[in-house]
Amino acid sequence: MLSSKGWDPCLETSFLHCRHQEYIGKVTHAVFQTASGKKRVIVATEKSVVASLNLRSGEIFWRQVLEESEPIDGLQVALGKYAVSLSRGGSLRSFHLPDGSLIWETSLYTSPSPAQLFLLPSDDLLVLKQGIVYVVSSADGRLLWTSDLLDESRLAQTSLSFEGKNIYVAGFSGSSLALFRIDASTGAFTTLKTTEPLNPSSFVLSSGVFAALDTQGNIVTGLMEAEVVELQKTSLATLLDSPVSSAQLLPDKIPGGCVLSTDGGSIFVLGLDKKGVEVLQQIQGPPVVSNSIVLDGTFAQSFLQHINSKEIRVRVLSGKEWIETAEETVEVDPNKGGVQKVFMNAYIKTDRSRGFRVLIVGQDHSLALLQQGKVVWSREEALASVVDTLTAELPLEKAGVSVAEVEHDLYEWLKGHVLRLKSTLMLATAEEQTALQALRLNNADKTKMTRDHNGFRKLIVVLTSSGKLFALHTGNGGIVWSRFIPELSTKGSLKLYPWRIPHKHVDENAVALVLGSSHDGTGFAAWVDMLTGSVQETLALPYSVKVALALPVVDSSERRLHLLIDDQNKAHLYPTSDESLSLFEKYMQNVYFYIADKEAGQIEGYNIKSQVDAGEEGGLVFQSQKIWSVLFPKDSETIAAITTRRADEMVHTQAKVLGNRDVWYKYLNKNMVFVATVTPQDSRVGAANPEETWLVAYLIDSVTGQILHRVSHAHAQGPVHVVFSENWVVYCYFNVRNHRHEMSVLEVYDKSADGKDVLQLMLGRYNASVPFSSFSPRNLEVKGQSYFFPSTVRTMSVTFTARGITGKQILVGTIGNQVIALDKRFLDPRRSADPTPMEREEGVIPLSEGLPLFPQSYLTHAARVEELRGIISVPARLESTCLVFAYGIDLFFTRTAPSRTYDSLTEDFSYALLLITIVVLVVAIAVSMVLSQRKELREKWK
Amino acid sequence: MERGSKARKWAIDFGDGASSREVADPPGYSRGASSEIEDASAARQKEKVEASWKQQKAWEIAQAPFRNLFMMGFMMWMAGNTVHLFSIGITFSALWQPISALQGIGKVFEPYKDARTDVLMPKLLFIAMNLVALGMGLWKLNSLGLLPTHASDWVSSLPPPQMVEFSGGVLSS
Repeated sequence: MLSSKGWDPCLETSFLHCRHQEYIGKVTHAVFQTASGKKRVIVATEKSVVASLNLRSGEIFWRQVLEESEPIDGLQVALGKYAVSLSRGGSLRSFHLPDGSLIWETSLYTSPSPAQLFLLPSDDLLVLKQGIVYVVSSADGRLLWTSDLLDESRLAQTSLSFEGKNIYVAGFSGSSLALFRIDASTGAFTTLKTTEPLNPSSFVLSSGVFAALDTQGNIVTGLMEAEVVELQKTSLATLLDSPVSSAQLLPDKIPGGCVLSTDGGSIFVLGLDKKGVEVLQQIQGPPVVSNSIVLDGTFAQSFLQHINSKEIRVRVLSGKEWIETAEETVEVDPNKGGVQKVFMNAYIKTDRSRGFRVLIVGQDHSLALLQQGKVVWSREEALASVVDTLTAELPLEKAGVSVAEVEHDLYEWLKGHVLRLKSTLMLATAEEQTALQALRLNNADKTKMTRDHNGFRKLIVVLTSSGKLFALHTGNGGIVWSRFIPELSTKGSLKLYPWRIPHKHVDENAVALVLGSSHDGTGFAAWVDMLTGSVQETLALPYSVKVALALPVVDSSERRLHLLIDDQNKAHLYPTSDESLSLFEKYMQNVYFYIADKEAGQIEGYNIKSQVDAGEEGGLVFQSQKIWSVLFPKDSETIAAITTRRADEMVHTQAKVLGNRDVWYKYLNKNMVFVATVTPQDSRVGAANPEETWLVAYLIDSVTGQILHRVSHAHAQGPVHVVFSENWVVYCYFNVRNHRHEMSVLEVYDKSADGKDVLQLMLGRYNASVPFSSFSPRNLEVKGQSYFFPSTVRTMSVTFTARGITGKQILVGTIGNQVIALDKRFLDPRRSADPTPMEREEGVIPLSEGLPLFPQSYLTHAARVEELRGIISVPARLESTCLVFAYGIDLFFTRTAPSRTYDSLTEDFSYALLLITIVVLVVAIAVSMVLSQRKELREKWK
Repeated sequence: MERGSKARKWAIDFGDGASSREVADPPGYSRGASSEIEDASAARQKEKVEASWKQQKAWEIAQAPFRNLFMMGFMMWMAGNTVHLFSIGITFSALWQPISALQGIGKVFEPYKDARTDVLMPKLLFIAMNLVALGMGLWKLNSLGLLPTHASDWVSSLPPPQMVEFSGGVLSS
């Protein structure tokens, strides 16, 4: 559960090519801690992270990752030394401020319902959960008292305020408002009655006064000190001096007042006291309201407004009268979208005047600190929620580099090598060692914006759930560009597609297609330049995209044809040019797609029938027709996973040569789909009977709907993780009977080409490389085996190399947030207890029931990629090497060589040492030659 | 050199005749008379002996590879059937020796080639023997798996087939 900042292996010299970046996610709560010691801000995020950030730089002091399934509902700093977080599941945890260690933990309740956390004036903690109040001692987490205000029934939209020794709580019970007064020390409560029943549309509590808006356009206020609350009604129209058609009380808390927003876009700060209600301030345009802070006995609050996309205005109102005490205009990055949350803090400037700083959370999840009219630091927290990635090649190196640059490079190169040589010969001083370390880490060569010979330098374009795109450089993990597309932030499912990957026109930039679609039946497409991040074109789609097919056809400008399938299974072709239409018409009869429906328990296959009229929207629209369907028995099987091969996977050969020189032909059907179904889970706890749970694995041809293979595993349970590569599938599930995780492998071979004569092959009379069609049936042989896996799997992936010659590694993301590289040879169905010498020679490992986990196979070393969600592997140009990018809350990048780096020297290879050795050898040869000649001459004279 | 001069002190050369000249010839003995008479018959004899010796030698040379065969077989057996430096070296020398011997067959039998000696049969035997050795080498090469006699040797880099159809899809939940 917990992790804090520790040793980072990526700073060690031996792991030069790995990069680990820590993030926290979108901030939901923040508490400043500036009174003493280090200035810091404690934050809680959507990703269930509690972190302490350095207020001066934004760096993470410490970070604790809590259960992702339980969002954090509240965060407070108690006693000036504990950060207390309230999780949705009712866990109250207290962390020590300086180092983030867990001090105490209390579980108040177990139902996952939203609650609020307050800090009482006595420095104790109060949790208000739907009408139940818990008060917990902040010193040790002991429950002081609890009271159930409504006896089991629920209180919705609760609001709470303190005044003296009393706690006031208000909330909806049904449609009417219920008011309570609680004694803060004992928990005894009284239900307050009102002079007339209240059915307000919105209400707010503030310092023992409540204000509510009723349906007749009146604002109703009342003091909560008395047993029977007397209500005062004021018409909004007379209060605001203008007719108001609709208004709303904002839940933002203002001590002694409340905030009213009207449909005119204006905001009114209202003062509430015994006399009634009065307008204190009016602000034009909707602002974002910060928390209130105590300042010289009264309160201060800041209001943020966007002037335009580049500037925001920060206004601070304070004092009893809510007078504007400070106003600043801050220039911000327009690439961050609107401000969503503000947290304010006051400080004393060097000239003893008061200053304010605000922490703002942007629409793009970014976090920034504004102080004295400028942005002090900002964090790109969108990177904690990566949803899809693509890689782009960097541009080719331009010829004609200036002489000065070369000289500089040469000097740097020489310096580096001299240092390296010294280090090798153990002559380097500590200073030189650190210089060398710095040189290695910030090698200018690594971060160049051009393509390198080995293909290690690339851009990883990541799409985040906030709708912001980033390009990360593989050399140092730095952000090359970022682009916020506001339209995408409201879409549910986001995907990236390679629209244009130039091969012929290498000097042109690659373009990615970003697709977002939401359940309300609309979609959004954007075309983004992958090298510069500029948005080339955007398109609002009047349909939601179910499937997007990147067809294996490109037009003359190397744009890939994409087919977007909408809800009605109509296919929309992009790009919408005549050329793409004519290309598509030629290819149309070979295009198929399938839609697997988890709810209905079926997979349906379609093909493209004919072009139809696009209607008013225009574009190229095609009708599809259903050609097959596979139905799974609903009561015994639900679809758990469905996977195909990666479209751009390179396979070197279709032949697998065995130790006895037999040849097996791999069945490399790209349209083969792996489907795993599991027995539906009974919702009752402990209902899973190990005898009755099954996992059924299918191999289905997605063109014809033919089931190529079916295998069932008894006592198996999901979740199922699958990796599909070449002609094999590896899937992982839980064995209920053995209480262990299992990994199974299926390898598919085409046996119809067997028995070919050598002579025929010699003469070239084989047709194994003719185009493959799913409609010509093959004689298949499927080999499978299962092994125990000693860890729990979060996600699985596999390595891809440039030509597919190098062996494969399965990349397993474990529950411990680490990435393990498991050699595919351990998952060979041909492993047997006693392999023949031939098989041994081939490299078949003797059978063992479990898969081994070696300490060396941890790609992440000691680093942990918190909440690991996905692992992406990208081939480098060097055949032996594969780039691995893992993402969760953190980002991690490294390289792996499944069969060792057989085609390159290490980066650290000391060329200087080699050169010196050669020179020394040549000199030694020359000297000894002269010496021997002399000696010979002397001999002859004797 | 010094050693050489020392050795010379003790060396007596009987062949130079210098010492025998100091003693007079026996009476009636004339140096040179007997040699003239015997010369002709001796020469004929010598020629005959030489011819049979040449024939014998030619046969011997023709059979020489036979002894080598056992040696080679033993070495091959020792080398084993796994491909490594030693076995490769042995195999290639086993292949190279017969080939080079066959190439230089003219030179081998040249000293024995004249009108009297028949070198054809020894030559044929020599060729046969070397072919046997070559065969053994090839057999070894095959048992090492270095001869393309299996289907796998011809299709091992067969590229994957092109797909006619294209299909894609999704799991919607």
